[in-house]
Amino acid sequence: MENEAGALSRVAGLFSARGYNIESLTVGPTEDASLSRMTIVTRGSEDIIEQIIKQLNKLIDVVKLLDICEGKHIERELMLLKLRAANNEVREEFKRLTEIFSGRIVDVTEEVYIIELADTSERIEAFIAAIDSKAIIEVVRSGVTGISHGDKSLVL
Amino acid sequence: MELTGAEIVVRYLKDEGVKHLFGYPGGAVLHIYDALYKQEDVEHILVRHEQAATHAADGYARSTGKPGVVLVTSGPGATNAVTGIATAYMDSIPMVVITGQVPKKLIGNDAFQEVDSVGITRPCSKHNFLVKDVRDLASTLKKAFYIATTGRPGPVVVDIPKDITADKTDYVYPQTVSMRSYNPEVKTDLGQIKKAVDLIQTAKRPMLYTGGGVILGRGAESLTEMTRLLNFPITNTLMGLGAYPATDRQFLGMLGMHGTYEANMAMHHCDVLIAIGARFDDRVTGNIEKFCPYAKIIHVDIDPSSIAKNVKVDVPIVGPVDVVLQSMLPMLNEVKNGLDQAALDAWWQQIEGWRAAECLKYDISGDVIKPQYVVESLYKVTNGDAFVSSDVGQHQMWAAQYYKFNKPYRWLNSGGLGTMGFGLPAAMGAQMAHPDETVACITGEGSIQMCIQELATCRQYGLPIKIICLNNRYLGMVRQWQEFFYQGRYAMSYMDSLPDFVKLAESFGHVGMQIEKPGDVVSALEEAMQMKDRAVFMNFLTDREENVYPMIPTGAGLNEMILV
Repeated sequence: MENEAGALSRVAGLFSARGYNIESLTVGPTEDASLSRMTIVTRGSEDIIEQIIKQLNKLIDVVKLLDICEGKHIERELMLLKLRAANNEVREEFKRLTEIFSGRIVDVTEEVYIIELADTSERIEAFIAAIDSKAIIEVVRSGVTGISHGDKSLVL
Repeated sequence: MELTGAEIVVRYLKDEGVKHLFGYPGGAVLHIYDALYKQEDVEHILVRHEQAATHAADGYARSTGKPGVVLVTSGPGATNAVTGIATAYMDSIPMVVITGQVPKKLIGNDAFQEVDSVGITRPCSKHNFLVKDVRDLASTLKKAFYIATTGRPGPVVVDIPKDITADKTDYVYPQTVSMRSYNPEVKTDLGQIKKAVDLIQTAKRPMLYTGGGVILGRGAESLTEMTRLLNFPITNTLMGLGAYPATDRQFLGMLGMHGTYEANMAMHHCDVLIAIGARFDDRVTGNIEKFCPYAKIIHVDIDPSSIAKNVKVDVPIVGPVDVVLQSMLPMLNEVKNGLDQAALDAWWQQIEGWRAAECLKYDISGDVIKPQYVVESLYKVTNGDAFVSSDVGQHQMWAAQYYKFNKPYRWLNSGGLGTMGFGLPAAMGAQMAHPDETVACITGEGSIQMCIQELATCRQYGLPIKIICLNNRYLGMVRQWQEFFYQGRYAMSYMDSLPDFVKLAESFGHVGMQIEKPGDVVSALEEAMQMKDRAVFMNFLTDREENVYPMIPTGAGLNEMILV
């Protein structure tokens, strides 16, 4: 998308005005300062997805659009998870799970661990499910970003 | 040469070829008005309410095909313009709206007359801009005109903070514009056109259904040529009237909720539907589940998002309508002898049977004026050659049904948004663009009061508009629905304390006429049309409880019309 003020609201506004569902939306800078890249996760029947793609393409600020679910792709979401880790037993359990899920413990205080995990949304959910819910203080999820497999790419 | 931002705006409009600017001054645009004062190339028309500025520019655009241009101030100036912007957006009318904004350093401070104009107009404009640097001003205006007039047209808003109109920079008219993110279709896919031609050849019961896109895409001539070449029946949407001559034998009238029986029945029974520049609006399709059950559908549209939005399409064709039709014509010419003439003859016979129902016939025997009779008489008195605007409601449907438009750009109405108050200012725009033509505004006593203040504008600019007010002392369309679907509980559809429209018109310096008997309708219209330099307000007291027929009730299919 053009890196213009208002570009994000055009997209968000389109989804709310037409009643499309947004599961997550992430925006970030690209190697070209005049462009930003947005990843939207949405759900709908084939017809709805087709309309969403057409309507997004109609927005003047949208430069290029790719439905990365059409082919193989890599998707990642970042989660930061704050956990109450009051005793050794629990701390060991968290450490073990973090290793299994290839996460990292990025902050430790006497009673609190913060775990970082970058993975697919499904794996992140699996990780959360594996943790005793009473131990969870705070969950921060970034929403999904993604990139196509192989040569296919979203570049100008 | 260094110019101020205000001077750049005015110079740019001149260089863009803009002759008329509809607007209303205010604090944030004072520099621009000062620059306008010092020149004579762009004529500014002072309306009495910003909504009317946008409708007038809209009427100007609809009647000429050129973009309408508006200038209003910040805050309430911009919010008043929103209804007109949304109206133009729904009907894809090219328009550029310049709104003043508080100075940059005050934006976000809740300053006097500050509103987030770009935020408010985002969902109801094709695009909008906030100009943040005077050096971007000319190129932004260029982009605005480019976006408004190309692809599927629409209104574009340019919000200019006051300090930018005082800042100076060198001005050069930008000759070209290029935007990597906006590349409207200029070509079409010949492969798809070939598929369409193949499908057309198989048709036994073909039907052409065309909309406002044909007029906007300057495709009326090609459409007429194609329709006659094929000898197919054709219907136009409310927005598409005039794209094909309404008095022609092949024309079945308008379709949809208040369309003709023959048009709707032919739609329902056709086996190949050729939709051109139309968008399968709910007022056209009726119950979508029951829509065109036997038809394979070809859909031509400039906007890919219009295709397969409401109905499944067999042959989608994206492209400018005239380019598509021009590519299609030679191919159709080659294959036209291969059409199934026997089937087509039988189809026409079936259609003539539906036509024989004379669904638009109405009773004229009584001593009250039938609204249909007024429109029909207007059509005759003006030789079908007037520019006709309308407001919204029953009178709009009667205008569409009984005024036979043989030419495009003559019928100006708010089809998509359905904006009451549109008619009079739209007529002003059309009259500004066509000073020597007859411009009539068909309205009702409800709608006309929504922009009645514009009678003053008509006086100031000597606009000799003929206002045809079908006054039934009811908000007729609301009353009709209450009669049909709410057991006659007429909640708020009766308007008490109507003004004396004759005196009202006179107080604005116009001619007022009151017509109460059917026998006076034609002579009164003739008298009014003779007054070439005067606006005339014709208050027709019409049958109070006349309904618009035929009608497709909500939830019914096109073959389930109520005739009378």
